[in-house]
Amino acid sequence: MTAYLIKNVSVVGAAPTDLLIRDGVVAEAGAGLTAPDATVLDGTGLVALPGLVDLHTHLREPGREDAETVESGSRAAALGGYTAVCAMANTSPVADTAGVVEQVWRLGREAGLVDVQPIGAVTVGLAGERLAELGAMADSAARVRIFSDDGHCVADPKLMRRALEYVKAFDGVIAQHAEEPRLTEGAQMHEGEVSTRLGLTGWPAVAEEAIIARDVLLAEHVGSRLHICHVSTAGSVEVLRHAKARGVKVTAEVTPHHLLLTDEKAETYDPVYKVNPPLRTAADIAALRAALAEGVIDIVATDHAPHAVEDKECEWAYARPGMLGLETALSIALDVLGPQWDLIAERMSRAPARIAGLEGHGLDPAPGVPANLTLVDPAAHRTIEPAELASRSRNTPYARMTLPGRIVATFLRGEPTVLDGKAVK
Amino acid sequence: MIRHLLSGADLDADTATQILDTAAEMATVAGREVKKLPALRGRTVVNLFYEDSTRTRISFEAAAKRLSADVINFSAKGSSVTKGESLKDTALTLQAMGADAVVVRHPASGAPHRLANWVDGSVVNAGDGTHEHPTQALLDAYTMRSRLGRLAGLHVAIVGDVLHSRVARSNVLLLSTLGAKVTLVGPPTLIPVNISAALAPGTDVSYDLDAVLPDVDVVMMLRVQRERMGDSYFPSAREYARRYGLDGPRMRRLPAHAIVMHPGPMNRGMEITPEVADSPRSTIVEQVANGVSVRMAVLYLLLGGNNR
Repeated sequence: MTAYLIKNVSVVGAAPTDLLIRDGVVAEAGAGLTAPDATVLDGTGLVALPGLVDLHTHLREPGREDAETVESGSRAAALGGYTAVCAMANTSPVADTAGVVEQVWRLGREAGLVDVQPIGAVTVGLAGERLAELGAMADSAARVRIFSDDGHCVADPKLMRRALEYVKAFDGVIAQHAEEPRLTEGAQMHEGEVSTRLGLTGWPAVAEEAIIARDVLLAEHVGSRLHICHVSTAGSVEVLRHAKARGVKVTAEVTPHHLLLTDEKAETYDPVYKVNPPLRTAADIAALRAALAEGVIDIVATDHAPHAVEDKECEWAYARPGMLGLETALSIALDVLGPQWDLIAERMSRAPARIAGLEGHGLDPAPGVPANLTLVDPAAHRTIEPAELASRSRNTPYARMTLPGRIVATFLRGEPTVLDGKAVK
Repeated sequence: MIRHLLSGADLDADTATQILDTAAEMATVAGREVKKLPALRGRTVVNLFYEDSTRTRISFEAAAKRLSADVINFSAKGSSVTKGESLKDTALTLQAMGADAVVVRHPASGAPHRLANWVDGSVVNAGDGTHEHPTQALLDAYTMRSRLGRLAGLHVAIVGDVLHSRVARSNVLLLSTLGAKVTLVGPPTLIPVNISAALAPGTDVSYDLDAVLPDVDVVMMLRVQRERMGDSYFPSAREYARRYGLDGPRMRRLPAHAIVMHPGPMNRGMEITPEVADSPRSTIVEQVANGVSVRMAVLYLLLGGNNR
């Protein structure tokens, strides 16, 4: 195993130092390190972060390998600075059995670019009718701890209560896609002035807020852990703030796109901006940014959702919702939060690793810690070209935008997955 | 001149007035023995209809033919569309066939905007989903101007299912551009609360038809789909008709000069009674005739007929 000596790197924003990576761990940290056998990387001007952890990734395999595979998604993740991603269950077949989650887990190991942690479905076939075999998935080789019907809301309150209760046996967490289905029938975009003007059926903020309000009360009632996927409205932030003040065990994520893009993007009718939950208003963005800084929202998660060209190059109403996110998330966070490295490390690595229960991830580079880390050049800017992305799909909403920050290198247990901004394999 | 006509918002007052003035000239052709002008000879106009709409399609077809254009009717029924061809591939096909203008009717809002990215010719929105129907607004404005002599300062009530109405959206935009005042009337379930901010500041909303009628120059009744009942927008057709339908007694609350419009097709007995539809105040048949003149003007001006 090659050793790496990273010279003059700022660990999470601290004064520059050297890091020696050997045998899968950070062997030494400190100024003036030498290691004759090590490959030396000049870290001048770079920031070392604990490898990013994405709690919300769609890898599309099995079923839509034309849009993404575990391998291509893993490569996109590594290039984005990630060392672990949680793969959502809405594949085909659905990841609702031990067999499917083990398959995804094994494909992740074979790709070897990030740790792929499968998420299991809450209900059989995501149909919202009866519980999937949550315990079997928890006991499988994939050791599933997060369960989600993402893409669909667990709308039945009794089923949601039972799921929250049941996963306590193995310290599981239910990640809810908060969308009251009756209030969003046929919904195409945020319900507001723009939807009125465009004649597109609205997705009202209350459809998200009502489910979050219900579920924090359910989680409080049964004393379970609840995670809220892709929070998108100012009202949801207020519900979460209230719940956290009461001591409810709830965590929440926000996506990069909900921190940056507004519903006015729909005015082009280009479905690259169609996403679920939809892009909201500038006021929502301001509330989400404040909540992320404050900790009412715990993490940034990408909701990386690759789609084949034909599913986006069509009429808005017929397009599938979702956007790419893995290769641009850190840049958006840097753009939104500024160089607050400790905050970025907390929201994009430490906290998601804690929520997911991923051992060896979310730990700042220090002697003895598994060498899961990424090196960022904060001074660099890059213009996003869809064709240059590692994802199999091209549905980035940031095409031709110039964003700050560039991932220079990523290490997974001491092995580089990205060097010089390029995937190693 | 603009290249596409996708929305009422594409038209400033000068352009809209130019279209209405040109339409008035075109209307004189309809009175001649030979109802044809050579203006678009050798040009190809495609009517691309993804929804059944005999009324709008034949209006555009008649308009194009009176200008001597070659007309190709491409309807979703019995075409490659039913075989699952994408809008983009259809667009590229039309492009390869040399379409100078594509008139598109589509159930998805924004489809004409997408199409405009993929063809070189002009795109005319002939109704997209619940978004807009700009030539309907133009023919409505033309009808109002013909009957009442002006548009600026008119007070127009648009009554019914504004939420799902492409006619209402285009009319609000165009009428406000041309200086008319619009009041939208209907049950609160069918009028978006933010419609004034979304479309045209100064647009009023009322839930009380009887209160509005004495003060308007034009009342435009929108078609109400009976299916909306099943979705709880209103309790029953009977209750809808009682509160928002235009019947004889209500019509008599209008000022003497006021006109009654309807874009068709009508639900007689629902939003409008036969007594009103067939009264001298009704412009419903005129609207159809004016539709051809206005669409002639739109095609003529979009295809650069004024430059020849």
